[in-house]
Amino acid sequence: MIPAIFVFLYLAAVLYIGVFAFRKARGKEEAEDYFLASRSLGPFVFLFSLFGTNMTAFAILGSSGHAFTNGIVTFGLMASSSGLVIPLTIFFIGTRVWALGKKHGFMTPVQMFRDRWECTHIGTVIFVVQAVLLVPYIIIGIMGGGTTLNVISGGLVPYWFGGAIVALVVMGYVFFGGMRGTAWVNTFQTILFLLFGAIAIVVIGAGMGGFKTAANSMLQIPALAPLLTRERISPYYFFSYTFIPLSAIAFPHILIFCLTAEKMKHFKKTVIFYPLCILAIWLPCVFLGVMANRVTDVPQIKAKQEARRVLATQGKTMTPEQRDDLREQSSGDDVIMLLLQRYAPLWLAGLLGAGIMAAVMASDSQILALSTMFTEDIFAFYGGKRRFGETVQVNTGRIFIVLITIFAYAIALRAPETIFELAIQYAFSGFAALSPLLVAAIFWKGSTKWGALASTIWTVLTVVAVALFQHFVPAPAPGPSIVVWAIHGTEVLSRTPGGTAVFGFMPVVPMVLVSTLLMWTVSVVTSKPKPSTIAKYF
Amino acid sequence: MKRILLVIAVVALYVLHQDIWFWRTAHPLVFGFVPIGLFYQGCFSIAASLLMWLLVKQAWPAHLESEVEELKSEEDAKP
Repeated sequence: MIPAIFVFLYLAAVLYIGVFAFRKARGKEEAEDYFLASRSLGPFVFLFSLFGTNMTAFAILGSSGHAFTNGIVTFGLMASSSGLVIPLTIFFIGTRVWALGKKHGFMTPVQMFRDRWECTHIGTVIFVVQAVLLVPYIIIGIMGGGTTLNVISGGLVPYWFGGAIVALVVMGYVFFGGMRGTAWVNTFQTILFLLFGAIAIVVIGAGMGGFKTAANSMLQIPALAPLLTRERISPYYFFSYTFIPLSAIAFPHILIFCLTAEKMKHFKKTVIFYPLCILAIWLPCVFLGVMANRVTDVPQIKAKQEARRVLATQGKTMTPEQRDDLREQSSGDDVIMLLLQRYAPLWLAGLLGAGIMAAVMASDSQILALSTMFTEDIFAFYGGKRRFGETVQVNTGRIFIVLITIFAYAIALRAPETIFELAIQYAFSGFAALSPLLVAAIFWKGSTKWGALASTIWTVLTVVAVALFQHFVPAPAPGPSIVVWAIHGTEVLSRTPGGTAVFGFMPVVPMVLVSTLLMWTVSVVTSKPKPSTIAKYF
Repeated sequence: MKRILLVIAVVALYVLHQDIWFWRTAHPLVFGFVPIGLFYQGCFSIAASLLMWLLVKQAWPAHLESEVEELKSEEDAKP
C-alpha cells in the first residue's frame, strides 16, 4: 500500500498544479489564454511539456514490454528513429506553424487548412478524422491508470476505481488549468520520467547483482541470445518504422503545442534536446526490459516466458484465439513494475510508481486538444462564438472536457484493452499518412483542398482496410508470414505475426507515399486558392 | 553550398540509422553488458542531437520570427 500512497500524493500534486494555473489565469476568460496559455510558454516549460506530451504510457511500460519480447531492436525501432525524425519535423514544420499562428491567430491545424485552401466542409472532414484517431488514446490512458493503480496497490484499489480516480484527476487539471495547467503538469511529469530511468536502472542493476553476468548468460541461451541482436527483425520492417514518427507533428495535440511558445527561439532547445530526452528515458527502459528475461525468481516473469515458449513451439497447431491468449499472457507491459516490486525498497517503488503514473496519464493533452478542436473548428466556426461570445466558448470547451472524459471512462470499463492498443497502432500510421497535408500547406503553393481531401480519404480507407485485413486474417504463430497475395513469387501482401506487410514493408510506408502522391496529382489538376490567400503563406 | 551540405548530413544520418552491419551480433558488449547494436543506436541519438544543433546554428529560419515581430510592431503602432 505504501507505493500507492506515493502515487496518491503525486495525483494530488498534479491536481494542485492545475488549480494553481487556474488561479493564475483568473479573470482571463479568453479562448487563446485557456486553450493556448496566451502563446506565452517559456523555453524550459515548452521543451519539457512538448516532450512530455509526446511520451505516452508506451514510453515506460510499452517500451520495456516490447523489449522483453523483441529485444534491443525496440530502441532503434521506436526511440532513435523518433529522436531524428520528430525534431526535424518540429524544426521544419513546427516553427512555421508557430509563425503562421502568431500572424493569423490559428489555434488548430484545421483552422489553418481552412484558411490556406479556402475550404469549409473539407476542414470538417479532416476534423472528424483527426478526432476519431485521437479518441483511443484517451480511453487507453484511463485503462492504463486503472491497471497501474491496481498493480501498485497490490490489488487494494480495484480497476474501476483506479480508472475513475485517474479520469477525475486528469479532467480536473485540464478543466481548471487549460493549456497552462496541462503544460505545467507535463513539465512535472517529464522531470519524473527522466529521474525514473536513471534511478530504475541503478536500483534494479544493483538488485540483479550487476548486468554483466545477466548479459553474458543470455548470450549462452539459444532462446534468449537473439534478444541482444536484431536477427529476428527484417531490415524492411526496421526501415518502415522510420515513417511512424512522421505522425508526431500531424497529431493535433503536438501541433497545437507548437503554437504555445512565446518566442520562436524556444524551439531551439527543444529540437536539440529532444533526442537526448528520448535517449534518457527509452534506453534504460529498453535495456531493463531485455534484462528482465534473466530474472529467475519472479514467478510472473517466468510465466510470461513459458507462454512465449509454448507460442513459439506449439503455436502452429493452435487456433487463432489460443494464440491470442498466449500473446496476452506473454505480454511484458508490466515487467518494469514487477522488477521494481522485486528489487526496489517500498518507498522507492512508490516514487518510481509515480513516475510510471506520470507516463500513463499522458492523455491530458489529447483531451485538451479535442476540446480546442471542437470549440474552434466546430463551435466557433459554425457561429457559436459570434452568437454567444468568448466566455461561452471557453465554458463549452470545459463542458466538452467533462463529457469526453465520462465517455472515455464508460468505454474503458466495458471494452477489452487490446482493441484500443490496436486502434492506437492504426492511429500512428493514420496520422503519419496525414503529414503530407501539413507539408503541402506550408511548403507548396500549388496544393489544393481537393488534394488534401484525396489524402484524407486515402488515409481513412487504408486504416479501415488494414484493420479489417488483420481482423479477418488472424496473426500466424511466430515464424513465417501468411502470404495472401504474391505476383511471380514476389510477396505483395502478407499477414505477419506482428501485423501486416506490403512488399515486406509495414503498411505505413505505402500509406505515406500514396498519400503524398495523391496530394500532388490531385492538386495539379484542380483549381488553386486565390493569389491573395497564397500570398499570406509564401 | 551550406544548404546542400546540411541536406547531405540529414540524409546521411537517416541512412546510418539502418545499421545492418551490427544486425546479427551482440559483440562486443560495451562496458561488458551493453550489446553493440544498442550502444550504436544510443550514439545515433547523440548524433541526432548534434545534427539538430548544427541545423539550429546554420539554418535557423530567423526570417519567420522577424516577420512576426514586424507584424506585431505594425499592430502596436495602430491607434
